[in-house]
Amino acid sequence: MSTVWNAILSPGMFSESFMINTWISGTIVAVISGIIGFFVVLRGSAFVAHALPKGGFAGAAGAALLGVNTVIGLALFSVGGALSIGWLSRRGRHDVVTALILTFLLGTGDLFLNLHDVYAPEIYSLLFGEVLGVSGVEIVDTAVLGILCVAALVILYRPLMLASVMSEGAEARGIRVRQIEMCFLVIVGLATAITVPIVGALLTFSLMIAPAAAASYVTHHPMRAVGMSVAIAVVTVWISILVSYDTGLPVGFFVAAIATAAYGLARGWRNLRSRGRLSARDRQKLSEQTS
Amino acid sequence: MKKLLHVLFAPGFFTNASVGHAVLVGAVVAIISGVVGVFVVIRGQSYLGHALGDFGATGASATFLFGLATLWGFLGAGVISGAGSDVLGHGHRRRGRDVTTGVIHALVMGIGALLLYFDTTMTNVTGAPETILFGSIFVFDPSLVPVVVVLGVLTLLFLLILYRPLLLSSLDADLAKARGIPVRWVSFFFMCCMAMAVAQSSLVIGALLSTALLIGPAATAVRLTKRTSLAMVWSATIGIAATWLGILLAYDSYDWPPVGRGWPVSFFVTSLILLFYLVSRFRLRHPLTVARETQTESRRKEAIRHEYSVERHS
Repeated sequence: MSTVWNAILSPGMFSESFMINTWISGTIVAVISGIIGFFVVLRGSAFVAHALPKGGFAGAAGAALLGVNTVIGLALFSVGGALSIGWLSRRGRHDVVTALILTFLLGTGDLFLNLHDVYAPEIYSLLFGEVLGVSGVEIVDTAVLGILCVAALVILYRPLMLASVMSEGAEARGIRVRQIEMCFLVIVGLATAITVPIVGALLTFSLMIAPAAAASYVTHHPMRAVGMSVAIAVVTVWISILVSYDTGLPVGFFVAAIATAAYGLARGWRNLRSRGRLSARDRQKLSEQTS
Repeated sequence: MKKLLHVLFAPGFFTNASVGHAVLVGAVVAIISGVVGVFVVIRGQSYLGHALGDFGATGASATFLFGLATLWGFLGAGVISGAGSDVLGHGHRRRGRDVTTGVIHALVMGIGALLLYFDTTMTNVTGAPETILFGSIFVFDPSLVPVVVVLGVLTLLFLLILYRPLLLSSLDADLAKARGIPVRWVSFFFMCCMAMAVAQSSLVIGALLSTALLIGPAATAVRLTKRTSLAMVWSATIGIAATWLGILLAYDSYDWPPVGRGWPVSFFVTSLILLFYLVSRFRLRHPLTVARETQTESRRKEAIRHEYSVERHS
C-alpha cells in the first residue's frame, strides 16, 4: 500500500522548496484565472483570453532583445494589446480586431526573436509553461498584483455584469459600456502579465476558459458560478502538478486535459438533467391528456 | 534611375529562385485565404479561423513524431478539431460558440504541448516550435507547390458550390432554414473549407501569417464594398499586395541593420495588413462617407438579401 502512495505522491513533492513555491503559485494563478474566467465566458471573449497571453509573448521577446526584465515587456504588450482591441472594437464585437492585433503582435515577436538570434528556450517556456522553478519573490509579486486585479473586478462587478448581460439596458441606466469593457480588457491583460511568466500562455488560457465554462453549465447564479469556476481551476492545477511531477511530462497538457474533462462532465450532466426534466414534463402532459 | 531601382528592389530580387517561389505561393495562398476569409468575417468566425491554424500545428507535431507528411497532420487535425468545435458550438449564439471553440482550442494546444515535448526530447529537433509557430515563406519544400495549388483550387470549387446557401445561412439562418437549406451541413462544410484553406496556408507560410491573411484582408474588403463577390476580389487583391510587398521588404532588409540577417516576412505582412485595415477604418472623413458608413452594415445585409432573391428568381 505504501508503495502505491509513494508512486502517487513521490518523495519531495511537499518538502522540496521549489515544489512548495510551485504549489503556492499554481494555486494563486488558478484563483485569479477562475475569477476572471467567469467574466470571460459570460462575455464570450475567449478569443481575447487566448490572444493577450500569446501576444504578450512578443513583448517578452522584445524585452529579451533589449536586455530588460521580460515581465515588463510582457505587461506592456498584453495591456497595450488589450487597449488597442478595446479601442478598435465596435459595438462589443472584437473578434476581427483581436485577430489583427494578435497577428501583428506575433509578427513583431518574430522580428524580435529573429534580431536576437539566440535560441531562447525561456521565451518558448513562456508559451507552453513551466510551473516548476518559481522564486519566492515572484510569488509575492504575483499575489499582490493578483489581489489588485480581483479587487478591480469586485469594484466593477455590478456595472460589468449589467454591461455583459444586457448592454442596452446598462446604457439606459447611464453605465458607460465602452469604458467598462475597456477596463475589463485591461484587467485581463494585466492578469495575463501576472500569470504567463509563472505558468505560460497556454495554461493561462486553459484556466480562464474551461473551468468557468464548466461552471456555467452547473449553475446560473453568478456568485456560485465564480466559486465553482475557482474550485475547478484549483483542483485542476493541483492534480496536474501532482501528475506532472510524477511523470515528468509538461503541466500544460494535464491542465488542458483535466479542465476539458471537467467541462465535458458538466455539459453532459446538464444535458442529462434537462432531458430528465423534459421527460417529467412530458409525463405530466400525458397524464393530463389521459385524465 | 538604376540606383533607385536597386534601392527599391535589392539586386537579385527578380532572379532569385526562392523569391520566385515565395511570390507564386504567396499569391495563391493570399487569393484562397482572401476569398474564404470574407465568409469567415461575415459569419464572425475569426476565432475558429485562427484556432484551426493551431489545431493544424498540433497535427503537424504529431506527424513530426511519426515521420508522416506534415500536410496530412495539418488537414486531419484541422478537420477533426474543427468538426468538434462546430458540433459542440451548435445552437449557441456567437458568444457561446467562441467559448466552446476556446475549450477545444485549449485542449488541442495542450496535446500540442505534449507532442512538442516528445518532438524535442525524442527527435532532437530544436527548431520545431519556431518552425511550427512562425514558419517562413522562403523556406519550404518546392515539391509542395503543386499540392498547395491543387488544394487551393479544390477549396475554391467547394466554396463556389456552397456560395449561395452559405450566403443566406450566414446572413439569416432562420430564413435559410425556411427555404429548406440544411444550415447545419452548410456550416459544417464551410468549416471544412476553412480547415483546408488554413491547412495549406499554414503549411507554406506558417500558422501566424495564415491567420493574418485569412482575417485581415477580408475585414478590410468588407468595409470597402457591400457586395460579397466584390469584397472577395478586394480581399484577394489586398492579400496579394500585402504578401508581395512583405516579401520585397524582407528581401531588401538583408541590407538593413543588423546587416546580413534580414527581417522576417511575417513582421512586414502582418504590419501591412494591420495598416490597410486601419486606413479603411480611419480614412479621410468626408461628411458623405460618414453618412454612408453608418448605413453600410444594414445596407450590406439588404444588398445580400436582394442579390440572393434576384438570383433565386431569375
